[in-house]
Formats: sequence, C-alpha cells, structure tokens
Amino acid sequence: MTLLILAVNACLINNVVLSQFLGICSFLGVSKKSDTAKGMGAALTFVLTLSSFVCGVLYNVLLVPLHLEYLKTIVFIVIVAALVQFVEMFTKKYAKNLYEALGIYLPLITTNCAVLGVALLNVQNGYGILTGTVYGFATALGYWIAIQLLSYIREKMIYNDVPKSFQGFPIVMVTAALMSIAFFGFSALK
Amino acid sequence: MKLKKNTPVERLWNGIFTENPAFVLVLGTCPALATTTSATNAIGMGLSTTVILSLSNLLISLLRKVIPDRMRMPAYIVIIASFVTMVDFLMEGFVPSLYASLGIYIPLIVVNCIIMGRAEAYAGKNQPLASFFDGLGMGLGFTLAIFLIGSFREILGAGTWFGRQIMPAGYVPINIFVLAPGAFLVYGFLIAGMNKLKIGAGRKPKEEWDPTVKMCGECMNCMKMGMCGKKPESCEEVKKAGETS
Repeated sequence: MTLLILAVNACLINNVVLSQFLGICSFLGVSKKSDTAKGMGAALTFVLTLSSFVCGVLYNVLLVPLHLEYLKTIVFIVIVAALVQFVEMFTKKYAKNLYEALGIYLPLITTNCAVLGVALLNVQNGYGILTGTVYGFATALGYWIAIQLLSYIREKMIYNDVPKSFQGFPIVMVTAALMSIAFFGFSALK
Repeated sequence: MKLKKNTPVERLWNGIFTENPAFVLVLGTCPALATTTSATNAIGMGLSTTVILSLSNLLISLLRKVIPDRMRMPAYIVIIASFVTMVDFLMEGFVPSLYASLGIYIPLIVVNCIIMGRAEAYAGKNQPLASFFDGLGMGLGFTLAIFLIGSFREILGAGTWFGRQIMPAGYVPINIFVLAPGAFLVYGFLIAGMNKLKIGAGRKPKEEWDPTVKMCGECMNCMKMGMCGKKPESCEEVKKAGETS
C-alpha cells in the first residue's frame, strides 16, 4: 500500500518533468510527434527501472559496506552509461524488434538527467532496493504520461497561428507551463 | 564584433553573447528551470557550473593527446564527475544553506549537456588556455542567463530580490512564478523576447531542435546528440566521417 502511494506520488503529484524539471531536454526535443514520444517514453521506462534496480543493488551491497558513499555520483553515472550501452548491444543482438523500436532513443537517455536524478533521489530519500525500483518505474511512467500528452498537444498546435517570435521553443515552454498548472490538480490526491 | 579566434577574450565573448548556452544554444535547460526560484540560487548554481566547466575543460584539454579517441566519452564522464563530487563536498562544507536549497541539482551537473558538449566540441581539440577560457565564458554566459530568469521569478513571484523587498508594499506577489509553471513561462517568454529582437534585426530565430529528424548516424555517436543545432550536412564531423569511409 505504501508502495502504491509512493508510485502515485512519483507518477502524478510530483511529476518528474513538470514539477522536478528532470529530463527536460528530451521532453522538449522528442515530443514533436506522438510516435516518437511513445518510443522515448517506453525506452526511458525500460532503462530507468533497470538502472534504479542496478544502482540500488550496487549502492547497498558494495558502496555502503565499503564506506564509499561519497563515490556515488561517479559510480552511478558510469553505471548508467554502461547500462545504456549494454541494453543497446543486447537488444541489437537478441531482440531486433525492440531495438528497431527503441534503438535511436537509447543514446539520448545517457544524458537524460532523470536517470541519474532518480538514482540519487533513491539514496537521498533512503529507499531500499525494492522501493527504489518501484519509484524509478513510477517516475518513468510519469515522464511517459507528460511527454505523450505534450506530443498530442503539439500535433494539434501545427494548425494554430502562433506569433512569429513564439514559434518553436517558446510556445512549447508556455504549453509545458499550462500542463504544469494542470498537474497541480493532482496534489489534491495527497 | 570581430575578434581573433581562440584568444581568451574571444572565447569569453563567444560564451557570454554569441553562443550563450541557455538562450542561443538552449542547452542545460534542467538547471535553468529548476534552480531559478530566486536570484541567489541561480547565481549559486551558475557559479558552481562555471567552476566545474572551466576546470574540466582545462583538464580534458591537457589530457587530449593522452586519452585514446575511442575511450574519450567514458574518460570525460569520469573527469567531470570527479570535479562535480569535489564541488559538491566543498559546497556542503562552506555554504550549507545554498547546498540545501540546490539539493540534487548539484550532483546532476554531471549530466548537464553544456559541460559534455563543450568537452566534445572544444576542449578535446584545442589548447588548454583557450579551453579554460571557453569554459569560463560559457559558464558565465550560463550564469548570466539563469540569473536573469531567477531575478524575474523572484521579483514577480515574491516581490524580493536577493531576499530583500524591492517591490512597493502594496504589491501582491504572483506566487505561481516561484512554483514550477513560472519557470517554464519565464524561460519561454525570455526566449520569445530574444526571437523578437532577432526578427527585428532581420535575422532568423533559432530553428527547433528535433533529434529524430536532424540527427544522423554520426550524431548518435556524438555526445552533443544533435543538440549542436547544426544540420547533418553542415556538421564537420559528419563530413570527416564521409571522407574517410
């Protein structure tokens, strides 16, 4: 039950993009079409769940007993980068369909701060391995919801007459601001 | 303004104005939105990024002939992460209140695209001194930009600036500017304002970045991930790869 509350909290109330500003680069960059948003969302969900599990295991099993907690930033970023490479190689070889669907989004994930951010938040909030993995999965789901919604709005926005100086990046920012206000409504769930 | 290329002054000018990372290249959006709730936070974040950026640029440039080409990404990541860890501890020790308000965004400087982008685009190919000033210029440009965002948000959202009351007593603070939506709004409007100035001056505003369209095979292996904003056909690295293959 606590896990469910944690998941709803990470997914909707404290949405990773709209209230914590993690993973903004890809949120703005890959949300032009709903298909690409779907691919990015799925790829991030996959990698983030896996990486929060692996980072959790390594932190609790290796770093804490050895009193090397201060190395966590370096260790986590190297793990994330290696993991993304590994997932890419693995899917290329054994899951061709998955690779074709998610492959081009994988390199974008290494520099996605949501992945490192969740690993660090798990440590900061003192989550164990299971809680941390659930938190990672829920966060990624929240990212997926946000990017998918934004992509639908942007697909409709093509037909709108946007002022010249607002075209492109600024209007997407204003859209994100309105979405962020809408997501405030979820705080009533608390 | 014409300046001799790769001199310290030219690098500073380039970082602060010509290629301002936050407003012109639109890189490092996460910290630009997350840590600009007040002018003080923005300056703190900007300066720590500047320190890390110039030091990592310097070290990467010094090591550019030692690091094998294939291993450069992991090497850069480790170098940057080490500097970030150092700054993280220094801030925790000396400015605990700022450290508390910036939270996990300090360790997250590791994945700030500006730092990796500069390492890849500049420091890995140029002299140490020029690279150091490139980092310094980019960092200061970033600081200036997020200081602007932070000032707007703090003045409109709380009526204060650097914690001091500056709006008249009857001013009712517009709370939303300190909250998450305000960050998106202020950033969007500032870039729209810059576009307006550019259109007025007869230049084209920055084209939208869409990695799935503009990224070619080569950009996938490039740490800038297509965020350099160049079209594949104008990217030097792509041309080079085309010549060799």
